[in-house]
Amino acid sequence: MNTPATKWIAEWLQGLGRITLLAKEALTSLFSLKVAWRDLVYQIYFIGVKSQSVVLITGAFTGMVLAAQTYFQFHKVRMDTATLAVVGVSMCSELGPVLTGLMVAGRVGAAIAAELGTMRVTEQIDALRTLATHPVDYLVVPRLAAAHLTLPLLTVESIAVGIGAGYIVGVHLLGIDPAYSWHNMIKYTGAVDVFIGIIKAFIYGGLVALIGCYKGMSCGEGAEGVGRATTEAVVYSSIAILIANFFLTLVLGKIFQTL
Amino acid sequence: MIEVRELRKGFGSQPILEGVNFEIQSGESVVIIGRSGGGKSVLLKQLIGLLKPDAGEVRIEGEDIVPMDERQLLRVRQKFGMLFQGAALFDSLTVAENIAFPFRRRRDVTPAEVARRVSAALEMVELPGTEHKKPSELSGGMKKRVGLARAIVYQPQIVLYDEPTTGLDPIVSDSIDQLIMRVRDRLNVTTVVVTHDMRSARRVGHRILMLHDRRVYASGTPDEIFSSQDPVVRRFIEGVSDPKEHYF
Repeated sequence: MNTPATKWIAEWLQGLGRITLLAKEALTSLFSLKVAWRDLVYQIYFIGVKSQSVVLITGAFTGMVLAAQTYFQFHKVRMDTATLAVVGVSMCSELGPVLTGLMVAGRVGAAIAAELGTMRVTEQIDALRTLATHPVDYLVVPRLAAAHLTLPLLTVESIAVGIGAGYIVGVHLLGIDPAYSWHNMIKYTGAVDVFIGIIKAFIYGGLVALIGCYKGMSCGEGAEGVGRATTEAVVYSSIAILIANFFLTLVLGKIFQTL
Repeated sequence: MIEVRELRKGFGSQPILEGVNFEIQSGESVVIIGRSGGGKSVLLKQLIGLLKPDAGEVRIEGEDIVPMDERQLLRVRQKFGMLFQGAALFDSLTVAENIAFPFRRRRDVTPAEVARRVSAALEMVELPGTEHKKPSELSGGMKKRVGLARAIVYQPQIVLYDEPTTGLDPIVSDSIDQLIMRVRDRLNVTTVVVTHDMRSARRVGHRILMLHDRRVYASGTPDEIFSSQDPVVRRFIEGVSDPKEHYF
């Protein structure tokens, strides 16, 4: 039975298997400290420093919109001072990590897939192999480690900027009482929410880098192959983040509830 | 030094090579010729483990590399240098960084020694003073020279060339041929060249292997091949198309 649906499922499962093997190879290499430190520093700069503007703008405007929308609804039932509490919890455990992950997937996932895809079609990855260098050690491990390290930091920045921007909109634009707002936010937003956000961001960083590397290293021939790999890297890593977010919310919620 | 036994390779349902056998001795220079799409580059890539054959053996100094995984192959590949058809220079690195790449993880070679070897390799390919240029600033012929410098800088025992003169004008092609011969003679390396440039094949090879119909069809010294009366070999050497084949 070789219908298009079974073929698609078989290819999808093969892809999942290959990306799992890539992850295993990358983690083995990472833990045996085969990472090139210079390349790691450059990737931290590229993924972390260069993504700041896009992540900060996203965080700030999300915090502002969230504060305004929450205020408009809460104002009807005279719960204005709970506005910042909603902004705080949402930014820390959900919007901060997810939106940072999605923005980094768009910027970094695409760049990784395009760079590695071009290297593949111009035989640069084969050249690496002939020079006795494992492509996973040289190309995947620095990107994976850098994404794991930088995404939590970017998320923390996004959360802080989002809450700050929400505070400005709520207090200075919409006239919420600052003292009660701040008090409620501190009361309902715990360190656990920040911790959940950081754990999520750490995992999303790995997903973005791994999917970008996999798509780039397995891309088809020519400009069309690179273009498709780039698009797929962004789409698949965004979907992976959204699906992972659901399961992480359930699992981490359960874990931290019982603690 | 290199031994290929009953090698088979196909892509999907399309067989490319079926039962290829040959040996290459240490220090020998062998040119593999054949039609475009005939599996020459596929064969070359299997010699260094970039592609896995479907069946058969590839022995390098007696060691079968076919069952090896990617990490085991890294050790074997230290014996090889390879020049790719498009040179495959790392475009994010300068010429000097490209050539010094094989020494990146080696702690036993000092930076001064690396710089000296890079200069020597560039001298050998007649491109001194280009250390700080990026590959995008180089012409096609210069890229091939830098690719060759990178392939020989760590003094490998075997150098593989994948269509080294394709896309180059006759004068640059001649200079690349001269370089291949110079590297072969000065470094005493085993050389395997894949080409369909017959002039180049005659000059750089001690022996020519012709691939045809997915097998080694003919093998001999350049003089033997060029004086062969076999119709398939003659047609290839003289560049005459088969009247039974329709190209358009």
